[in-house]
Amino acid sequence: MAVLTEEQTMLRDAAKSWVAEKSPVTALRKVRDSGADHAFDPAAWREIAEMGWAGILIPENYGGSGLGYLTLGLVLEETGRTLTASPLLSTAVATSALLLAGNDTQKETWLPKFAEGKAIGTIAVDEGAHHAPEKISLKATKDGSGYKLSGKKSFVADGSAADLIVVAARTGGKPGDANGVTLFLVPGNAAGLTREKLKTVDSRGHANLAFKDVSVGADAVLGSVDQGGAVLESILDRARAAIAAEMLGAAAQSFDVTLDYLKTRVQFGQVIGTFQALQHRAAKMFTDLELTRSCVEAALNAIDKNANDVAALCSLAKAHASDTWHLVSNEMVQMHGGIGMTDAHDAGLYLKRARVAEAAFGGASYHRDRYARLMGY
Amino acid sequence: MAALEARESELESFRGEARDWLAKNFPPSLKDVDVAMQVTGGWKPTGDAKLWAERMGAKGWGTPTWPKQYGGGGLSKEQARVLLQEMGRIGARSPIGGMGVMMFGPTLLEYGNEEQKSQHIPKIVTGEIRWCQGYSEPNAGSDLAALQTRAEDKGDHFLVNGQKIWTSGAQYADWCFCLVRTDKTRKHEGISFVLIDMRTPGIEVRLIKLISGNSPFCETFFTDVKVPKENLVGPLNGGWTIGKRLLQFERAGLGGGGGSQGRMEGRSLEQMAKDYVGTDERGRLADTDLRGRVTQHLMEARAFTLTLQRAQAESKSNQGPSAATSIMKNAGAKVAQDRAELTLEIMGHQGMGWEGDAFTPEEIVAARTWLGGKAVTIYGGSSEIQNNIIAKRILGLLDHQ
Ligand SMILES: Cc1cc2nc3c(=O)[nH]c(=O)nc-3n(C[C@H](O)[C@H](O)[C@H](O)COP(=O)(O)OP(=O)(O)OC[C@H]3O[C@@H](n4cnc5c(N)ncnc54)[C@H](O)[C@@H]3O)c2cc1C
Repeated sequence: MAVLTEEQTMLRDAAKSWVAEKSPVTALRKVRDSGADHAFDPAAWREIAEMGWAGILIPENYGGSGLGYLTLGLVLEETGRTLTASPLLSTAVATSALLLAGNDTQKETWLPKFAEGKAIGTIAVDEGAHHAPEKISLKATKDGSGYKLSGKKSFVADGSAADLIVVAARTGGKPGDANGVTLFLVPGNAAGLTREKLKTVDSRGHANLAFKDVSVGADAVLGSVDQGGAVLESILDRARAAIAAEMLGAAAQSFDVTLDYLKTRVQFGQVIGTFQALQHRAAKMFTDLELTRSCVEAALNAIDKNANDVAALCSLAKAHASDTWHLVSNEMVQMHGGIGMTDAHDAGLYLKRARVAEAAFGGASYHRDRYARLMGY
Repeated sequence: MAALEARESELESFRGEARDWLAKNFPPSLKDVDVAMQVTGGWKPTGDAKLWAERMGAKGWGTPTWPKQYGGGGLSKEQARVLLQEMGRIGARSPIGGMGVMMFGPTLLEYGNEEQKSQHIPKIVTGEIRWCQGYSEPNAGSDLAALQTRAEDKGDHFLVNGQKIWTSGAQYADWCFCLVRTDKTRKHEGISFVLIDMRTPGIEVRLIKLISGNSPFCETFFTDVKVPKENLVGPLNGGWTIGKRLLQFERAGLGGGGGSQGRMEGRSLEQMAKDYVGTDERGRLADTDLRGRVTQHLMEARAFTLTLQRAQAESKSNQGPSAATSIMKNAGAKVAQDRAELTLEIMGHQGMGWEGDAFTPEEIVAARTWLGGKAVTIYGGSSEIQNNIIAKRILGLLDHQ
């Protein structure tokens, strides 16, 4: 655990007790079984905003606390532990986009609403089965002083609930080109935008978006035209570090639950945790979790400090968190035996969320490839 | 706040002092030369190396935080860190090393009596006396407490009989810190920690050759070896606690060699891969599978380095010892062994050289390092034993019945 300030410790402890009391795993079950509109509980989201978590990244002059990414990570780690379904992460990504590239008007319009939880934001990048920000093909064509957007976005987190969607579109070049990408701020209710809610294994809110001549004004351009590729990477890096924090918390919880079972389940007249075959696998998981924690905290810290190796550290954090949770979520099922296969047990919920989170913003192999590219080979 | 600033400025003035002293005393010819490694390898320093060892020894800065009264540097942890930074800046390595510095000295400072400390610590500080570790026996490896080397009470001395094995550096050592059995009826509570002068009659040392071609360690035989009673450290039959404390120092210093990743001399692994394997038109490693595995390794090495830094930061703050320390030995060992395997694979046939002109020195070193490195998952508590320790002490799982 990173060395925390008093403020950070208080916030983390508050998050710990809130999830225990208000958002245990049963809350996710309730969301799932009730078929909630956007796959989260609006009352829980209201409380999250009231506690100030939606404003952790937002500077005080826009109504937030400006505490930064490491602090956000502490909260996401705790909400990750109980698989809390909320648009906190998506909104934090949209917030990052505005902080990195927004002009004053754009920030004034959206940041205070985000901080209060009055608006939900998200980012729409991928268009196919895999994370591939370089392959953007959704077209934005000049239309008077503004633009018309046409194309598709897939698997957008909280895409159906979002009031603001940061859309990566192509204004020039062809898919694969670094230049020619522009970011747009598109309201969720824009005419010509259809949002198809997806039913996914993790029971969270994802949507496919179809843009048909969606008109936006020149003031919807976030950052500069054709030059959005670089800032998009910076936004995505913040998303990767943030989701890695959620994954760290969830993986740690998957492990803790499993460890508890190793200490209570009796077979052959002894608790199964006495079997060395299981002990060494537990030691391996613990080792991986410790390493992941170092990577996640280093990435969040690097963002806060504006260090020059943010990109590499975020890829490291996302890849490591993916590999670790992949392992731990599988072992969670295996070490629980038959009970781990039942819907009544939580193991399956962790396993399902793990795979979705692994794929989000690039899986382990995507980030290994990117790391290698960043290192120049 | 004011106190903090005062401490900062004190540290900065110490930095100036260290910098001046090093500028005057460090022979530039030794830039980036690891003199201590050579010394523990049995080599007697000459010329500049000798001068550097003498100066650092006299100053006590090879053991910077040890008490001044025994010749140590008497520095605070912060000052020692500053000293290391300053040495790193000019490529100066400490010429004072070995088991005395890494593990025995710190243990003796905790458990030794006044006479023992005055007799032994100053000579570790100056690097005059070399120590070896007499722990393992043919039938007591991982199960160290099964050791049988007997020390019989003969009034004013112990009579030691038995055999130690894997005694690193015994062929060069002046003294040996040794675990011996002083009570046959109890396992852990029948062990004592004694110091044995290697020149005592009855000690015989035989070299063991390793797969890497080196003979860094020995079998050590004790036949009616007389050890004066004053060489008992701590209470009779109380050696297990002391012996284990020493192992903590040993493991803290090991990290399986994974920590030295960033400081590896010569080409980086990725550069080596580019040179031997080649790149495609986009500058990527031509062998995509190898590229993936090299990357996985480099990322794991980075994760390990970040964990070392985190553990350090955590132990400096008042959070108590970091849970991360327990994983260091295994994680570091894996990084070091993976690196050696990848290096060999990258070099292909050229990595298979044992000696001769058909291979570059770098290639021979790679092969020898690969072989020698297999030891890091065996010594200092094997990887399996480390996993047992994590499972039991950290995770609270019970022993198999
Ligand atoms: C390069 C090198 C330097 C050394 N230097 C010294 C030295 O200076 N002084 C000294 O005293 N010793 C030294 N050693 C010895 C070292 O400490 C022992 O080799 C080590 O403790 C392992 O003991 P062993 O070789 O008897 O193997 P064993 O204990 O017989 O182990 C054999 C295998 O069984 C496994 N095993 C054993 N017990 C368990 C268990 N409970 N659960 C699961 N698996 C288990 C081990 O992990 C290993 O894989 C050195 C060893 C090496 C390789």
